[in-house]
Amino acid sequence: MLKYIFKRIIWMPILLLMVSLIVFFLGVYGPGDPIEVQLGNNYDEESADRIREKMGLNDPVFVQWFNYVRNAAVGDFGESYVFKNREVSELLIPKLIVSAKLNIISFFIAIIIGTPLGFYAAVNNGNFKDPIVVIFSLVFYAMPVFFTAPFLILIFALQLDLVPAAGWGGVFDKRIILPALTIGVPGAAVFVRLIRSSMIEVLDTDYVKLARAKGVSESKVLWKHAFRNGMLPVVTIMGFSLAGLFGGSLIVEILYGIPGVGRISLDSVYSRDYPVIMAIVLLGSSALVVANLIIDFLYTLVDPRIELQ
Amino acid sequence: MNLNPKNLSSTKLFIMNFSRKKLGVICVVLVSIIYLIGIFAPLLAPYDYSETNLLKTQSAPDLENLLGTDRLGRDILSRVIWGIQTTVIVTITGLLTGSLILGLFLGLLAGYYRGIFDFIVMRTGELVSSFPDILLIILLAATLRPRITTFFYSIEDNFNISGLVSSGIIDYLVIGIALLPLSWFGTMRLIRAQVFSIRNIEYVQSARTSGASTLRIVTRHVLPNVVAPLVVTATFGLGAVALSEVILSFFGLGVQPPRPSLGAMLSDVSGRGGASVSVLTNHPEQLLSPIIVIWIMIFCWNIIGDALTDILNPRKN
Repeated sequence: MLKYIFKRIIWMPILLLMVSLIVFFLGVYGPGDPIEVQLGNNYDEESADRIREKMGLNDPVFVQWFNYVRNAAVGDFGESYVFKNREVSELLIPKLIVSAKLNIISFFIAIIIGTPLGFYAAVNNGNFKDPIVVIFSLVFYAMPVFFTAPFLILIFALQLDLVPAAGWGGVFDKRIILPALTIGVPGAAVFVRLIRSSMIEVLDTDYVKLARAKGVSESKVLWKHAFRNGMLPVVTIMGFSLAGLFGGSLIVEILYGIPGVGRISLDSVYSRDYPVIMAIVLLGSSALVVANLIIDFLYTLVDPRIELQ
Repeated sequence: MNLNPKNLSSTKLFIMNFSRKKLGVICVVLVSIIYLIGIFAPLLAPYDYSETNLLKTQSAPDLENLLGTDRLGRDILSRVIWGIQTTVIVTITGLLTGSLILGLFLGLLAGYYRGIFDFIVMRTGELVSSFPDILLIILLAATLRPRITTFFYSIEDNFNISGLVSSGIIDYLVIGIALLPLSWFGTMRLIRAQVFSIRNIEYVQSARTSGASTLRIVTRHVLPNVVAPLVVTATFGLGAVALSEVILSFFGLGVQPPRPSLGAMLSDVSGRGGASVSVLTNHPEQLLSPIIVIWIMIFCWNIIGDALTDILNPRKN
């Protein structure tokens, strides 16, 4: 176990270094010249040379990469090419917070809708209620957000006039409801499927059969014996959701005009603002890697039968 | 699924089992129809996808244009049909390159030879999957396109070929390469695990001791055993590939106009920004026609995947 933790922790920074290397090379050999992006119409050879020297673009690529990583390790991702004199980190942090808030709320919506439905479907496995829940959850899962977003706005903002159509005002603002539902409802379908299949498996185990055979009441069997084990996959999906905090809501953010990471990452891809793109990818990857590690450990805590190797 | 032709009974058994899944059968029919529409798009589409009629823009469905026309007076039905063709091409190439060639091949090799090869493949996969997925796809598509475009122009110039660029091959290549890093690892890991568990079973070992070559062991003994999980992951993967193409084209990074794609049609009516509420109220057919196709496809691939999992899962049999 300790050896496993050690291996994983050693491997983590190497992984992130490789990620940074790939992104860095995409930036260097990708289209567009950072100097042109920065100078725009004021481009002339002399100032281009000056900036190139100042930014260290005349150094060998590996030296540039090394310098970048050294700075990034302490949270300095350089300056944006497009937004003059703005630090990337200063630019990104407020957006990260917005996206994180939206995704956390969506995650709770997904759990609150998905868990009871998955449980209900599993208990009704074998009669008509189970396939109905499964099919409906798949219908919502497959529903493209390009439809969900305008449809929800049409119904709840324009017809019923319950919430404003778009924009952002934080967690306690009515405007978070529609985007959170747009992400949360398909997310709930994932929970339904996971919890359903895991519960069905648990309900088929010997210890549940034994509990039933010795006359334990059905509700006690479900809640005491089956439920906790059936909830295990929630831990896994939590990992993905944690990691998706920054990238998962990209399209929804754009459709609802939410000033999160989604909007700025797309804009920076269009405008070739590589320092911003690189920072977003690096932060996203770090979140994913750390989340996966935490989830693995949580798993062994929740279920001691699982051994890490 | 045992595809061994000598063993007809198990194929029959599979078909029998599958036909009991009514929804699965309906979905197979729906998906087949969609794919046939895509393949025979040139024959089925009533108009050309780029044919504009500026005298008749934003018109409601009528007998001439069964799904109406868009803001340039292009026939929406024809554009949906050609858009489906794009999806068909992208999903099939995605399936062939990502899951089948890379996923299956690397999975077999890593599972069979283990050691350093396995280590490299696994670590590469971990590296790729530690990127935020949508972002990586978008970033790759955006950075690769200019390079690939110049490459094809230089081919056209040097070899005096024309029509290469206009055939849309660049779009498919860009989408294919952008999706590649994400599509192979899941399949590969699955195949690898399957090979791990098979390679030590007695009959494989006895085949090896009786002098069967590695190639023969892999093709005769290992491959039939990995077909089932391969089919299941590939089925789920197809929906994901189709959706990724829609997203890329929606953001203008996938299929380029005038070639139609379902995603490009969506951004056509709504712009790359805000949700298209006004379109939904005034010209719902413009938004709904591409969306319903996407919706059905993703729903059906998942239902089919579920049905296959049910039938092919050895634990349940």
